[in-house]
Amino acid sequence: MMALPYITEHTGFTGTVYATEPTVQIGRLLMEELVNFIERVPKAQSASLWKNKDIQRLLPSPLKDAVEVSTWRRCYTMQEVNSALSKIQLVGYSQKIELFGVVQVTPLSSGYALGSSNWIIQSHYEKVSYVSGSSLLTTHPQPMDQASLKNSDVLVLTGLTQIPTANPDGMVGEFCSNLALTIRNGGNVLVPCYPSGVIYDLLECLYQYIDSAGLSSVPFYFISPVANSSLEFSQIFAEWLCHNKQSKVYLPEPPFPHAELIQTNKLKHYPSIHGDFSNDFRQPCVVFTGHPSLRFGDVVHFMELWGKSSLNTVIFTEPDFSYLEALAPYQPLAMKCIYCPIDTRLNFIQVSKLLKEVQPLHVVCPEQYTQPPPAQSHRMDLMIDCQPPPMSYRRAEVLALPFKRRYEKIEIMPELADSLVPMEIKPGISLATVSAVLHTKDNKHVLQPPPRPAQPASGKKRKRMSDDVPDCKVLKPLLSGSIPVEQFVQSLEKHGFSDIKVEDTAKGHIVLLQEAETLIQIEEDSTHIICDNDEMLRVRLRDLVLKFLQKF
Amino acid sequence: MDSLVLGNHCWLPDCLLQPLLTLREQTLGLGTQADRKLPAPTPGHLQQNQPLPVFPNPLCQSRGSTDAECQRNENPGLIMDPECSRLLPAFCSVLVDPRQAVADDTCLEKLLDWFKTVTEAGSSLLLLQENPCLVDLLSHVLDLKPQDVSPRVLSFSLRLAGMFAAQEDCFEYLQQGQLLLGLFGEAGPLSWAVWSVPTVRSGWIQGLKSLAQHPGGLHFLGDSGAVDALFSLQGDSSLFVASAASQLLVHVLALSMQDKAEGSPSLKGSAWPACAQKIVAHVEASLCSTTALQITQALNVLTTTFGRCHSPWTEVLWGQLSPLVAHLLDSEPVPATHSLVDLLLSVARSPVFASADCTLWETIARMLSCLSPMQTGPLALGTLKLQHCPQALRSQAFGVLLQPLACILRATAQAPGPPGLLDETTQGCSMTVDTLLSSKSACVGLLCQTLAHLEELQPLPQHPLPWPQTLLVEAVVIILRLCDGSAAPSSSEGCRLCGTLAGCIRVQRAALGFLGTLTLGTSSWELVPQVFAILLETLKSPASSPTVLKKAFQAVLHWLLDSPTPPGCSDLGPHTPLFLRELFPVLQKHLCSPCWEVRDSALEFLTHLSMCWGGEANFREVLLASDVPKLAWQLLRDPESYVRASAVTAMGQLSSQGLQAASDSPGHPEVQQGLVGELLHILSVDSEGFPRRAVTRVFTEWLRNSHADVVQDTEWFVATVLQMVSRDLDWEVRAQGLELVQVFLAQTLGQPNPSCPYAVALPKVTPPSPLPEVLRTLCQMQIFDFAFRALFDCDRPVAQKACDLLLFLRNKSAPCSGLQEAGDSSDVASVEATLERWQVGEQGQPLGSLEPEVVLAALRSMDLEGLQSRLAESSDHVEKSPQSLLQDVLATVALLEENVADCY
Repeated sequence: MMALPYITEHTGFTGTVYATEPTVQIGRLLMEELVNFIERVPKAQSASLWKNKDIQRLLPSPLKDAVEVSTWRRCYTMQEVNSALSKIQLVGYSQKIELFGVVQVTPLSSGYALGSSNWIIQSHYEKVSYVSGSSLLTTHPQPMDQASLKNSDVLVLTGLTQIPTANPDGMVGEFCSNLALTIRNGGNVLVPCYPSGVIYDLLECLYQYIDSAGLSSVPFYFISPVANSSLEFSQIFAEWLCHNKQSKVYLPEPPFPHAELIQTNKLKHYPSIHGDFSNDFRQPCVVFTGHPSLRFGDVVHFMELWGKSSLNTVIFTEPDFSYLEALAPYQPLAMKCIYCPIDTRLNFIQVSKLLKEVQPLHVVCPEQYTQPPPAQSHRMDLMIDCQPPPMSYRRAEVLALPFKRRYEKIEIMPELADSLVPMEIKPGISLATVSAVLHTKDNKHVLQPPPRPAQPASGKKRKRMSDDVPDCKVLKPLLSGSIPVEQFVQSLEKHGFSDIKVEDTAKGHIVLLQEAETLIQIEEDSTHIICDNDEMLRVRLRDLVLKFLQKF
Repeated sequence: MDSLVLGNHCWLPDCLLQPLLTLREQTLGLGTQADRKLPAPTPGHLQQNQPLPVFPNPLCQSRGSTDAECQRNENPGLIMDPECSRLLPAFCSVLVDPRQAVADDTCLEKLLDWFKTVTEAGSSLLLLQENPCLVDLLSHVLDLKPQDVSPRVLSFSLRLAGMFAAQEDCFEYLQQGQLLLGLFGEAGPLSWAVWSVPTVRSGWIQGLKSLAQHPGGLHFLGDSGAVDALFSLQGDSSLFVASAASQLLVHVLALSMQDKAEGSPSLKGSAWPACAQKIVAHVEASLCSTTALQITQALNVLTTTFGRCHSPWTEVLWGQLSPLVAHLLDSEPVPATHSLVDLLLSVARSPVFASADCTLWETIARMLSCLSPMQTGPLALGTLKLQHCPQALRSQAFGVLLQPLACILRATAQAPGPPGLLDETTQGCSMTVDTLLSSKSACVGLLCQTLAHLEELQPLPQHPLPWPQTLLVEAVVIILRLCDGSAAPSSSEGCRLCGTLAGCIRVQRAALGFLGTLTLGTSSWELVPQVFAILLETLKSPASSPTVLKKAFQAVLHWLLDSPTPPGCSDLGPHTPLFLRELFPVLQKHLCSPCWEVRDSALEFLTHLSMCWGGEANFREVLLASDVPKLAWQLLRDPESYVRASAVTAMGQLSSQGLQAASDSPGHPEVQQGLVGELLHILSVDSEGFPRRAVTRVFTEWLRNSHADVVQDTEWFVATVLQMVSRDLDWEVRAQGLELVQVFLAQTLGQPNPSCPYAVALPKVTPPSPLPEVLRTLCQMQIFDFAFRALFDCDRPVAQKACDLLLFLRNKSAPCSGLQEAGDSSDVASVEATLERWQVGEQGQPLGSLEPEVVLAALRSMDLEGLQSRLAESSDHVEKSPQSLLQDVLATVALLEENVADCY
């Protein structure tokens, strides 16, 4: 989502983007915050000298290892964000979207965040599921829709947890314990975070915990240019929430308890550290603010304000950044640093259960998921283990998915269907011949009744009309069945043929009427009567053959 | 009067018991949450409308009763009293009346218990003759139409008949009327439709089991075809019936062999009584069967036989059957392995086989080598627990137990331990490895079983020697590392194990439990750092679940308190101070955990640690430098009552040890000055019982140990606590309040007299002040008011304790000559009147200010000994009496009849 403007605004993209409403609204907030943070510190000139290779190699890691830095782009503007968002068409869960008649696309709840989706891409006979960041834990969004992923030919699995060894429950416990410990010792707590997502769950945990931990009097500050919008938006997306929260809306109560925290002045939110916040600020306190990379945003001020005291603690909860790298420019640092990455996305045990439940024919996933992490090569449990083994891909690799499209669905118009007279040729199998016009438009195929036989031409105009429709020849009946050779020979003898020889061939039999110098080739799907210009004989033989076959 | 005086001497004062109990609680270590935290049920309420007489009542006091009468009164169940005899005919007629169903069969069960005591105490024949309705009952049951027979009445009758027939003369009496054959023979219930009800089959078996006590009974069983029926009942759909049938077969076998084989141990099977031969032949046939169920039945019969019968004939029996048992091991897979293991262990435990030939040991050895690791575990443990067992077999069994751990060590490329130690384990190792790698459930199951077995074996005196302590510690440490993902094995097996065990809480718990016991007998202090390291990692890990943390805390406690120190090193050992410095920040974090179980475990750990090490300088230094005491204090206000209770106990302990110095630091001045106040606040306002109970326990301990805050003004302290406790709704709090008073009185008046003649006489403590003055103080503190109220408490333990307390006071005040025998008689009468009203539940009226003389007079007029003995009886002794049961049955039927009448 955060890269959308780069795609829609800089690549000549002319298509439609599909997204759920919360994705658009929260995505807008995240981008708005990013743009706001970046634009707060405008640079007269873009700092790009460091991209010079000679200078770059002198820089500390990871900058010196960065590749293709010349192609790095500046951050987009709000105009570009708005333009990108205008190209989005909103969709709802389970809504079926037709793409040119070729495939149908359906978003499903992925259980990870408000509006987050997995996608089903299906034709009439094939189904591909695309699983992005999903969660099976009970948090605030609607639970993950697993049932709709069943019977997939291919399941593309992406967006697994970045920290497979960290259990979110344990991390939340760690978060709360360290927070309380710091506050009780008179220190402040800084939580670098995004303005949406895990913060809702953290606030809910704290809501339950602060009273029991005796932290009721401690102020919680949420500082972000979009803090207010984020907290309010979360309360209005009722249909995208889990069942418990949805039912609160009907009471009516706000689904998230942070509303109560705000009401009781325990949680206060500000667009920035300037203005009201400066007046209200008192310590010890807990501050939630961005950006989690610690490179920009209000968090930078707090790092500088609190970094020198060992009473204070910075608690990292977002898993997107290495906390050691984030902290590197601030070293030496006296404040305590706690790393509690809370990533609720699927871990490998959950993936294993999901695959057992959903049973796709094939799994396709990034290469990294097919082997243990390099730092923990012995952890065989930290990889996808399924049968058949998953098909992996690398960055920018084009894959041929392991299935072939063999059938197309064709609709038959009702009046045409009415005219069909099926004939049962085997128990349970009926056949009917169809004469129709195949009409194809937008990758949809329809059989329409054939035009009536052409009337004798009475005028030029009519003649011209009849030119458009294909000629309809009188149809011969179709034959089915097999010819039992012995009985056929007996039948020939009965009808006066003698000197009959039967030869077996690879494909069937040849019945040789030596006297009449005639051959009858009987094969599985064809019968040929070869005789020299004796049409009478051929017709007699043909009729004898037809007696053994069914016509319809 | 004599008996009442004796009653005084029999009193064992609780204040003497309490130190023992406390000591026992302390040695139990960290009790489980459930043990301690479940609300204690009220152990029997006294009914308010049936007050126990306290003041002597001329009508109730029969000072001249004979010994026999006393016994009769004390054991009313042992005889058939006239009242019961009077009720029995009606009762019996109710039972056989098909229109009158007995709704509550627990009454019948209790009555059977009563009949059992009656028949055991006297002649059954006489009983039947005196109460012919009982025989009529049995006859009527047989005469009923099959559809009219109630299963529960039939079952009752069968069991009753068996009880009567247990005595030979009564058996013959019943036989004369063909009653027994009718009840237990093939034409009886055995062929009725009601036989399909398990209760009836169970009653039939139990009746026969009671009956089979003498040769006559044995012949009856053989002649009536009951043994054949028992064979088929072994496979009954009801497990209770099947088990009872097997046990009866064993009983019959033992009974038939009782006289025959004792004189001639070498008596061959072919010369055994017919009944025994029949059972043995059935067992033999079952052992040769191809169905596992039949084999299991036969093995169960044999297991019970060898477990119960230790006569020489069992040796002959084993000699006859052991080839068949050994033959079972040739099957693939081996059938009924669990039962087979039980049988072999049962035989091996039998004293008859203490010097047996080696076939048994060979069979066990074979079994150890051919069964799967999961199946051999229990056999190996059982073998190692045997008192007499060949050394080679012990080594093999120990090898089997160690195998999974050895495999883990090999797979994770650890040192295999001292050479030769695990040589035996190579055999069958591949099977163990296969099990460990086959699936997560198999791996977890095997490891948990192994760890539990080793934990059980470790403290036993017969545990194998040499005990590979180092190897075991290393194995457990590596298992814990596999569970927390910190192990980095290089082999593919190790990697798979890592994947299987990562995050496995069950194995973690089992490993921590075993690690805790491994401190026993540990002599190598070199192991301590790695154990401390893994325990610290487990405690630090955010992934550790509350149950794992609790186990880890327990293991830490074991290793801290019992870990060895290098020679020449005093105090806590070289690693401990360093460990404590790392431990306390973790403890602080857990005291702030959002999970209450974790906070609770951390507090319990703190309590135990400070109890043991409160005097250690290193410990005190580290504790006081941390925020732990302050955090524990804050948890007194925790929203979870269990945590508040643990915090109270922890703070009480810390305070006793003077470990609140950190809390005295500037900025927290309110802490120390208010601990007593804070605890009193909890006692008075806390809505949950656990914290209040904890406070009273802490206060009692403080008083007992002369805590500084208490000795400042002990009387004020005790009076204030009692004022709060007396109004408490929780009986344990009230009982603990009485405990506090007992301690106070012991300190004031001296210890109670030792009740046990062999007890070491305690030095007499001279009361610090003259008795009249003390009594006056007690009156002012309203201790008598509290004790008298408690005496009429609706909860029996409280009343008992109060009674003991008042008796103690009365005895102490007996030699008091400074007081007049009785004060103003009108005051005494007023007090007695008030107490009588209290007794009937009207406790609204205050006792008013009491004078010692009045109290003494009131005490002397009370029949405290009588009350004490009545309180000693269980609260349902009235309801449980046979008379009451019979009345209940009859009353229920009468009620049913009324209801029927109402319907029309």
